[in-house]
Formats: sequence, structure tokens, C-alpha cells
Amino acid sequence: MKDRREFLAFFRPYRARIAAGTLCILLSTGVALMAPSIVGRAIDGLKTSISAAAVLRFAAAILAIALVSGVFLFLQRRLLIGVSRDMEFDIRNDFFAHLTRLPLGFYREQRTGDLMSRAVNDLTAVRMMLGPGVMQSLNTVVTATIAIVLMARVDGRLTLLALATLPLTAGATKIVGQRIHVLFERVQEYFSEMSARAQENFAAARVVRAFVREESEIEIFRESNREYMLRNRRIIKVSALFYPLLQTLVGLSFVVVLWRGGRLVLDGRITVGRFVEFNLYLAEMVWPMIALGWVVNLLQRGAASWNRMREIRNREPEIRDVPPLVEGFTPRGEIELRDLSYAAGGAPILRDVSATIRAGSFVGIVGRTGSGKTTLVSLIPRLLDPPEGELFLDGVEIHRIPLADLRAGIGMVTQDTFLFSETLAGNLAYGSPDAEAEAIERAGEVAGLAPDVEEFPDRWQTQIGERGITLSGGQKQRAAIARAILRAPAILILDDSLSAVDSETEARIQSRLRDAAGRRTTILIAHRLSSLRDADEILVLEEGRIRERGSHAELVARGGAYAAMWDRQRLEEEVESA
Amino acid sequence: MSAASPHEEEVLGKAYDARLARRLFRYLSPYRGSLVAGIVLILFGSLFQLMGPALTAAALDVSIAPRAGAKASFVADLAAFVAGRLHWSLAGKSGVAFFAAAFLASLLLSFFLTYAQVWIVNLMGQRIMFDLREEIFAHIQRTDVGYLDRHPVGRLMTRLTSDVDALNELFTSGIVSMVGDVFSLLGIVVALFLLNPALALVTFLTLPLIVGFTAWFRKRSRETYRDIRVRLARLNAFLQEHITGMAVVQLFNRERRARDDFASINDAHRAAYVRAIFYYSVFYPGVEILSALGLGLIVWYGGSEVIRGALSIGVLVAFIQYAQRFFRPISDLSDKYNILQAAMAASERVFRLLDAAPEIVSPPAPARPRKSGRLAMEGVFFSYARGEEVLKNVSFAAEPGEKLALVGHTGAGKTTIASLFLRFYDATRGRVRVDGEDVRRFDLDDLRGRFAVVLQDPFLFTASIAENIRLGNRSITDSQIRRAAEEARAAPFIEKLPAGYETVLQERGGGLSAGQKQLISIARAFAFDPEILVLDEATANIDTETEMEIRDGLARLLTRRTALVIAHRLSTIRQASRIVVLHRGEVRESGTHAELLALGGLYAKLYRLQYRDQEALAQPAG
Repeated sequence: MKDRREFLAFFRPYRARIAAGTLCILLSTGVALMAPSIVGRAIDGLKTSISAAAVLRFAAAILAIALVSGVFLFLQRRLLIGVSRDMEFDIRNDFFAHLTRLPLGFYREQRTGDLMSRAVNDLTAVRMMLGPGVMQSLNTVVTATIAIVLMARVDGRLTLLALATLPLTAGATKIVGQRIHVLFERVQEYFSEMSARAQENFAAARVVRAFVREESEIEIFRESNREYMLRNRRIIKVSALFYPLLQTLVGLSFVVVLWRGGRLVLDGRITVGRFVEFNLYLAEMVWPMIALGWVVNLLQRGAASWNRMREIRNREPEIRDVPPLVEGFTPRGEIELRDLSYAAGGAPILRDVSATIRAGSFVGIVGRTGSGKTTLVSLIPRLLDPPEGELFLDGVEIHRIPLADLRAGIGMVTQDTFLFSETLAGNLAYGSPDAEAEAIERAGEVAGLAPDVEEFPDRWQTQIGERGITLSGGQKQRAAIARAILRAPAILILDDSLSAVDSETEARIQSRLRDAAGRRTTILIAHRLSSLRDADEILVLEEGRIRERGSHAELVARGGAYAAMWDRQRLEEEVESA
Repeated sequence: MSAASPHEEEVLGKAYDARLARRLFRYLSPYRGSLVAGIVLILFGSLFQLMGPALTAAALDVSIAPRAGAKASFVADLAAFVAGRLHWSLAGKSGVAFFAAAFLASLLLSFFLTYAQVWIVNLMGQRIMFDLREEIFAHIQRTDVGYLDRHPVGRLMTRLTSDVDALNELFTSGIVSMVGDVFSLLGIVVALFLLNPALALVTFLTLPLIVGFTAWFRKRSRETYRDIRVRLARLNAFLQEHITGMAVVQLFNRERRARDDFASINDAHRAAYVRAIFYYSVFYPGVEILSALGLGLIVWYGGSEVIRGALSIGVLVAFIQYAQRFFRPISDLSDKYNILQAAMAASERVFRLLDAAPEIVSPPAPARPRKSGRLAMEGVFFSYARGEEVLKNVSFAAEPGEKLALVGHTGAGKTTIASLFLRFYDATRGRVRVDGEDVRRFDLDDLRGRFAVVLQDPFLFTASIAENIRLGNRSITDSQIRRAAEEARAAPFIEKLPAGYETVLQERGGGLSAGQKQLISIARAFAFDPEILVLDEATANIDTETEMEIRDGLARLLTRRTALVIAHRLSTIRQASRIVVLHRGEVRESGTHAELLALGGLYAKLYRLQYRDQEALAQPAG
């Protein structure tokens, strides 16, 4: 298990409760194991004809023991299982907090499903180890120790004989369990194959129908369906063995005790009462011993899952504040790129890009998919980390600016707009929690969202997402723009943020954005070139390099790549409106 | 079926629904034998399992601690009878050995019976699942394309996998073990009555308490688990959303707030569990205390009876042991509620899928016009969803052997036209004709068999190349496959592969170039050799290399066949004998390339926009 020290650190706050819980195990087990001897004494008493009142006293004692032991059993569970839930709570918070510190680069290479499975399934396995795993281990140790001592006091040799089969039970549990595990993996393997096959067929429904392959597809599926069934049947042969085997092995102990113990009674070495008492101890030991195999499994799975979680937890948040820092930085909006290069996974994305974006200016970036536009703008708020000394804000090297200050000064609308499942107003105020309703509505108006909002059931308070209404692509984009401008940022970055609205609406939103801008620096990545007509400068990117730069008029006049794109788009508009 | 809400999958209904149960029983009936065998085996299995305490009791009374005058149990009488036949003395150690041997024998018998029962019942479950999966899969093969458009693949997969598994639970752990639990319980009750009716009645005093307590616990824990599920779903949704939108969280400096929000959702989740822990913490000690109460009653009343001489010590001990076995079957029985509930919900979903009858089916007396290769649309209207017309009054015809190119912007309705000829959907108005006959009058297989479809991004299955050409059609021989590959000009590259035609393709043909994938699909068309070809070019963006690779094969495929080409590439459009220009679902222009250019309309603009560059690119290449 990795990071044992970190693991133990999660225990620290709960040391007292764990100690108390352990004490409760000792007490509940210790008290409960007093009952067999009382039953035994009652039976021996009956043989020598005791009074009815004495019998009643025995019965009362049995009940009293169960009550006292029950109280401790209750406390034991509440304490120990409760602690495991608290630790799960802590570990989950810690894990999520770590996720919030990991940079965009991490999320680009990690699949959401995999992260979810670590945060959910692996954490569950860790919790099972911490809760039932730990409690059951303690329980087994305590019960076995006390019961064996008490059994040995009845008869040492009988104890050895009776317990001889118990390790066998735990061993068999483990061996059969492992065998089932291996076979189960084979079934799972085939299951993925069978479902992949079915999934492929469902996805290719038109091809299947076009070539009239329905019947043969059914036949092919029948084959894999049959193979899957056969593999399952192989498991059944073993798994059907599991419980009957367990019952028989446990029963064997009782057979041995009946046989050897009966002889001991006949030889006068132990009384009938002691014989019964011994049987009852054995009954108490059965479950903890059977559980042993299960517990070992829990601990192993928990440890493996802990390691998987640590793999993520040990990722250094590469993007963070490293002193020396410039305190109290408020950006004006001048951005300078000095031979800015950026590579991901060994592949260069940006190469020696140099540009100066004056505060308050309007700069457009164009280029094909994959030319590096999004990467370029992601470097400015340090969603991706630029190399030292190549990116400056107001003349300050970007790494010297505290991250929070840097990002507070930037409003960015990413390409795939993302809204949270909360109210529309809540989404707009996401970066400015103190914004007044009036300011929120104004931002919504600037972004051209207001007319749509009139149609929403609860207007600005309408719930968005899974439990609310679904916004159209264009509405989402406009909401994301409103969210960005509500922060009144010195720099506004729009990454192809109006692709889903028509060009007329786009033009109107843009003109409002400029009116509201004041001295704001605006960087606009656009596919629709008409939106860049008023830009102070346009950078044309190609394979991570600046291929052309200049104003719209200059670039069109030059007759290069930009001019060709402009030509095509005008034609396209003509066709659209035909 | 109405539009499904995202939560449809989670709704749990009743634990028992007579209509669904009757229908489910139909899946069971081919395996009635297994079911009956399973029930008989579980009855005898539990019987032998219950023997232990009774034998211990008999051993005590007869061999270990015999007491003159005490009434012996029926087990002791039975043992005396058997031992007598075997001339075996039950006195002293020899008796102990006899009872130990009997105990061992019943253990072994119980072992084999239980093993056989679990095995038989689970095999039955596997067979039922096999049948169900096949039925679901076959149904999906025959269902309408429109139905599949509305139901995401993921949901169909759930029907085929987890829902079938839930039904398996019902057939294997559900029905049979419920019978077993009931029988165990009855067995104990009967055994106790036979041993001593009065003491049995006293022992049963705790039964209502046990049943009531268990029911209370199950009800409570079910409620808390419902709560837990809701909160867990919220927790996971939050997590999923924030992992997806982490860039936004960071951009807006919301990390701390997000952590706080997460902590409070996390806390609500924990709080729900703390309540569950409480109920469990009460339940387990409660079971122990009720057991002890039973034990106390037995010791008190039974002890008095022993003093009176009306009860033997052995029987008393047997009672003590049986009393502890009450709980499990009762607790297990109440546990089955969840299995039943899940199975009913799953069966409802599965049946709803199976009940969705396809609307596009072959007519009872299909027409079989002579194969000529004539295509026509006459005033066709079509919409996928009400109100949004994808095709508006579309009419055109293609004579046998003609190459017709459909041209237009994305969304102009080109692919829809091909889908209507193949009868994936039915036109809302107008007539779609193939070989002069309305497509609705064809047998579906016959109709579709007259077409071959070649997609630019062809769908290749995870199977060998030969299988991908043959597509499961056993009547296509290996030599026919080879000939088709040669005609498609695919043979050279296939034969260079180490396993040749038996090369198994990765998912969706990964590892092959775009051109090679398309060559396989062209070979597929040659192998099926239909008279009508539908060629769907997904984009104009095809690299020159691929173009060169497939040009030859494609050209050969087009000769002598009627072709409907959903065109994006200038080279294919130019080969067309006629071009139909679609715009927003309507036919706007129609004619040859030269005619349409001269017209100076929509096609001329499209040509300048989309195809001029291709021409520039194509020229140096050839």
C-alpha cells in the first residue's frame, strides 16, 4: 500500500472514537461469551434437580447478558462504522479539493469516467476496508481469543480437534473465492466482447438493414450469447459449491465435538453442561471465522483502491503560485507574447509567437482547427502554463502574478460553453457571487440573452440543466458571455463563442459588447470573419505560427490566406440566403 | 412510447405485479423441470441441514446422558429403529459414534443436495437469460430505424444487460430460495412441535416479535437507502459536472466555493448514512436480544419441565440450538423484497421494448417487380418530427443505369432521400418508387436486397475482412469474396496483410487507412452485386491519396448500375449523368454539370464555393 503515512493521517482525528469502539468490541464479546457457561451450569443443575426459582434466575441472567452485550454491540457499530463514514467524508473532500487544483492539461488527458470511478467506486472499496473491514477484523481477533481460552478451559484437546476444521473453512473460502474471481474475470472479459458486439450492431442499424443482414446478425449474436452462457456455467459449477461447502465444513466441527465430546462425557471427564457449553462457544466462533476470508478480501481490495486514488492525489498541481509574487496586482490589459512556444505531449502546438496586444485594443485570432488558437488564449489565464519569460501582462512576467488576481482580471468564454445545473442568475453570477440582480440582468442584456429569458418559466431564476430546462447552443454561449462580462474584466477572451447564433445577432451582440467595453482588451477567436472587421489587429495562425497579421482591410488587400477565407465565407452567405 | 425522462431508468415500482409475473412465467415454463427439481432438492437439503441439533439431542438422551423414565424424542426412536436393524448398540461410546456418523451422513447429503439445487437453478437462470437476450436482440434487429433514432444505444444496452441480470436474480435467488426459506422455517416449527409441543408453543412466543422487528428494520432501512440513493446521485452529479467544467471553476476563481459546496453535499450524504448506521446498529443487537429472550424462555420453561421429568435434557439442548436458527430465513425473506421490486421494474422496461411493434413491415402479399434499376420520387414530403419538413414535394426519376448526383448544403435532405428508398422511414406524403413499384408494396428484404450502400466512412465490424465483405451472407463463397475484392481493386492490399482475408479488423476498422476501409466497402457492394448503388460521401474532405486509391474501384462499381450519389466530391459529381440540386428540402435545379453552370443559379454558386478548390487540387494530380 502506497502512502501509509497519509493513510494513517486520516485516522488521527478519530483515534479516541476508534479506541472507544475497540473497547466496546471487547466488552460486548466478553459479556456475550458469558452466556454459554450459564446455559451449561443450568443444564448441569437440572441433572442434579435444582429449584424452579434457580432455573428462572439462570434464564434472567441469559437475558441480562444479552441486554448488556447488546448495548455495547450497538455502540461498537455506531462508533466504528460511523468513523468510517467520517473518514470517507474527509477523503472525498480531500480528493475533490485536489481536483480543483489540477490544471486543464490534466483534464485533457484524463477521462471523466475514470476520475469518477476513482472518486466513487474506489472510495467505496476504501470505505469498506475502513468500516466493516476493520471492525470485522477486530471482532474476529477478540471473539476467537476469548472463545478459544474459554473452550480450552472446558477441554484442551477437544478445542484443538474442534478448531482443526476452522482454518480449513477460512482457507476453502479463500481458495474457492479466488477461483470464482478468476472465472468471473473471464466472464467479464467475454461480457465486454458480447456487449461490444451488440453495441456495434445497434449503432450500425442502417448498414445491417441496408444489406438485409438481420438474420445473420442474430445468428452471430446467438454464438456470442451462447459462449457467454457457457462461461457463466463454468462459474456456476464452482460458485454453487461455495455455501454448501462452508456449511459442511462448519458442520464437521460439530460432528467432531459430538463424537469426541460425547466420549469425554461418558468417561466422566466433562459434564453434560460443559459439553453443551462447548457447543455454544463453537457456534459463536463460526461466523467470525467464515467472515475471515471475506475480511481479507475487503482489506486487499481496499488497499488496491487506495493506491488508485493516490495516483491522482499524488499528481502535483503544476499550476500554482510560486514566489516571488507581485502583491495586489490589478491588470490593465496589455499582453505581450515574446517568442511564445508551447508543446503538449512532445508535440509543438505554438512556435515562437510574438505579439503585443495593447490595453483596450480588439484583437482577432483566426486559423484552422488545430492551428493553436485555443491553446494560445488558454495560456493567458494560465489554464495551461506558458514557459517562463515568454508571456507578460502589463509588463509583468505572468508567473509573478498571483493566480487569483490574474484570473480575476480575465473574463474568458471557452469554446465548449459549460453551465452548471443551477439557476440562470446563479450561472451568470458564477464569477461574481456578490452581483446584484440588476447587474446580472444588464450583463444578460448585453450578451443578447434578455429576449430569450422572457420566455423562460421563472425568467432569471429558471433552473438550468438536468433538473431544469435545456438551453440551446446559442443560449448557452450567450449565457457564458454574460457570465464573463459580469466580472468587468480588464481582458475579455471569446473563443469562438458565438458560433451557434446567426450572424445578425452576432453583430448586434458584438456592437453592444464594444459599447460596454470601455477600456477593455478583447481577444476574439472567430470563424466568421465578418465579426473581425473592426479589429485593431488580426493574427492568422497556421500550425502554431503567425502566418499573417494586420487589420481586416489590410489582410483582404494582401490577397493571402485570410483573403481566400474571406472570399469563401461571402459566397457561403450568398448560398445560405439563396 | 412517450419521450423518456432522464430518470425513467431509476423508477422502482411495486414488488409484485400479476400481469408482469404471468408474462415472466412464460420464460420459465420451458424449464419447469429444473424449477421443480430445484424446489424438491431445496426441500430435502434443508431437511438434512436441520438434522444436526436433533441428532445431538438424541445422542445426549440415548447415549451420553440417558435418564430413566424421560420421554425420548422421535429422532431417538428413529435412531433406535435404524440401529436395531444394523445390530448396532446405542449405549455409551458406540452410540455416540453412531450419532456422529449419522450427523456426518446428513451433512454430506445436505451438501450434495444443496450443491445440486444451486447448480440446477443457476443453469436454468442462465438459459432463461440466453433466451431473453436473444429475443431482445432479435427484436431490435426488426425494429424501425426511427425507433432507434429515439432510443440511445446506451439504453438498449441496459435492456440487454442489466435488466436481464435483474430478472436472472429473480429466477435464481428469488423464487427458489424463497421456497427454501419458507421451508426452513416450517421445518423448524414442525421439528419443535414433534419434539415437544408445549415447549414449542413457548418458544414461538418470540416469533411475532422477530417478524415485527425484522419488518420494522427493513422498512426503515429501505427508507434510508432511498434517501442515500438520492443524495449519492446528487453527489455524483456534482462531481461529474465539476470534473467536466473544472476550467470554468478555475477561471472564475471558484475553487474554494466549489469545495465548500461539495463538502455540504458530501455532508448530506454522510448524514443519510449515519441514519442507516443507526438502524443497523439497532438491528444486530436486537437480533441477539430476541434470541436471548427465546433462549431464556426455553431455559426457564424447559428447565421446569425437565425438573418435572416431562422433558429430556437432549430435547432441551435441541430447542436451544433451533431457537437460534429462526432469524436467518425470516431476515432473508424480507430481503427478497428488493429483488422482486428490481425484477418487476426491469421486466416492465424489457417488455415495453419488446412490445414496441415495428411500423415498417413487409405487406402480406408483396409485389416482386422485375429488377431493372429504376428509381423515382413523386411529390414526396417527409418529416422526422412533426412540423419540421425535411423534404417538400420532391420529385425526380432515374432511368436504369443512370448516375444521379444529389447536391446541396448540409441538411438539404440528401441522406433522407436515400433512407426513403431503402424504406428506413415512410414518406408522409407522395410516392417512392423502385423498379416502378411503390416501396411499401415490397417485401423489405427484397427491396433492400436491390441496393448496395457505400459510405465514405464505411461501417466496419470487428470481424475478419472476409466477414466484412460477406456480412454474414453464407451464400457468398470465399472465391466470390476474392473476385469482389479484385474488382474493387482491394485485393492487392488485403493480400499483403499477414492474415490476408482472415485479418481481424479492430473496432471500426482502426489500423486501416480511410481509402482501405472504403475499398472493403466497395468490395462488399461487388459481392452483393445489386443493380442499384447508393453512394454516400460524408464530406468533400478526402485526401488525394485516398481519392487515388479508390477511384478505380469506384468507377468500376458505378458502371452498368443505377447510382444515387449523395455527392460532395467534384469527381463523382462530374461522372453523374444528372445532378439534382436540393435546397432546404426542395428540388431547386436539375440537369448536367455544364447545363447547371450555364444556368448560373444555386449550383453555380455551390460549385464556386465547394468544388473549385478541389478542381485546383485535382489538376496537378491528374
